[in-house]
Amino acid sequence: MESPRSRRMDVSEASRPVLPRHTKLRFDSTRERWVLLAPERVLAPDDIAVEVLQLCDGERSVEQLVGTLAEKYAADRAEISHDVIAMLQDLADKGFLVEARESSAS
Amino acid sequence: MTVSVTDTASEGPSVLEKPASVAETFGIPMAVLAELTHRCPLQCPYCSNPLELERSSTELTTEEWKRVLRELAEIGVLQIHFSGGEPTVRKDLAELVRHANDVGLYTNLITSAVLLDRDKLKALADAGLSHVQISFQGCEPTVADRVAGYKNAHEKKLQAARWTRELDLPLTVNAVMHRQNLHQLSDMIQMAVDLDAHRIEIANVQYYGWALKNRAALMPTVEQMEAAIRIVEEAEQRLKGVLAFDHVIPDYYAARPKKCMGGWGRQFFNITPSGKILPCHAAETITGLNFESVRGNKSIAWIWQNSDAFNRYRGTGWMKEPCKSCAFREEDFGGCRCQAFALTGDAANTDPACAFSPRHEEVFKAAAREAEGETRAFIYRNFAGGTPEAADPGEEKPFSL
Repeated sequence: MESPRSRRMDVSEASRPVLPRHTKLRFDSTRERWVLLAPERVLAPDDIAVEVLQLCDGERSVEQLVGTLAEKYAADRAEISHDVIAMLQDLADKGFLVEARESSAS
Repeated sequence: MTVSVTDTASEGPSVLEKPASVAETFGIPMAVLAELTHRCPLQCPYCSNPLELERSSTELTTEEWKRVLRELAEIGVLQIHFSGGEPTVRKDLAELVRHANDVGLYTNLITSAVLLDRDKLKALADAGLSHVQISFQGCEPTVADRVAGYKNAHEKKLQAARWTRELDLPLTVNAVMHRQNLHQLSDMIQMAVDLDAHRIEIANVQYYGWALKNRAALMPTVEQMEAAIRIVEEAEQRLKGVLAFDHVIPDYYAARPKKCMGGWGRQFFNITPSGKILPCHAAETITGLNFESVRGNKSIAWIWQNSDAFNRYRGTGWMKEPCKSCAFREEDFGGCRCQAFALTGDAANTDPACAFSPRHEEVFKAAAREAEGETRAFIYRNFAGGTPEAADPGEEKPFSL
């Protein structure tokens, strides 16, 4: 078991983020939308946030993930990187995203 | 392209908390509380169960719960909270967790943890449990075991919390706060960090049912409340990314009432051990409402949409003044119906927690007076209708299932 402090995640291009056991990305067929299920929370990611989260498999780095999106949307890489890291950092601060090395099997 | 994830609407892609459109149409709630049993080894004087507890002989069977879980998933429920009473007294808990997981529900266990051992936790983890919440009554045994009315409760909880993390299950510490343990709040937050918990819920006692019976012994002082808010704000900043916080503030000292349950029949229901479907876990304290059961001949969706109990206080049509013409009526829906009933005798009255209630001053003053008072002894929660705390606790009675 790692010390609690080490859970704090600073998302960078080198990070390999993954959803922990207590955060699940699911398609909600009743409401026809993607949801992020977390303790006592149901979050509603929009289309691009869903795409980002689907790429958070604990294998890919943020760098690779940003590259994939930049290519797909033919958009400015630096801008995507900035926005993706900000979004992932926000989720990490809430405990909804972790580094792959300390992820839970689910 | 911009990418951002926020809890509130902002430019670019976002992750919104609790999509409002769903609640507005009275769509099926996304989370449901399943009270598997009212049996519990603890005797906490603020228990949220009704004063009239349901006996084990009336509990839904394993097969009945499985049917209910499947039905919930089919109509669009996403999360199930297994609670009680103490849910781990049910020998079929792991089986129910597995079934819930199989039908696609996110599973959360809300437990006192004193009956858990490593094997039981392992079985729950293997069954696909997503998250564990363990309640704590203090930061050390003297206060904690006395509040729980159970010898060695605190030590057992600490051990169960350690096993939870050893098994890599995510942990929330539920810190239930009141006048007699608020002085331990800082230490309880540190305890959560030391236990490697992911999250802490600091829940001030809400006063209906057992807690109302014990209000004089539990009500915090205004000074305690203000100190607690400062402690939580400081800790939340300091522990950002280490420990997530949820803070439920008691409403007696607020000017605005809480939007209880997100509004009656709007976002939430719970299922009692015998299968009754309630708009909130305290709803049975309101007399004169008839609650439908999953054992009847109605679907859960029908009960949610059409039953009298759910429609009685839904929306704003039932309101009287001052709620009826209030600018905030769609914001807080007049506060808590159970509290309005408990304190005024009519659930359709404005919750006295609201400054616009004609009873607000009186209730606030009574609470403040009780908070300054001498009452310490609890009335413990049990099937016998409550037992006053003895001056000398003596030996614990063994808990039998």
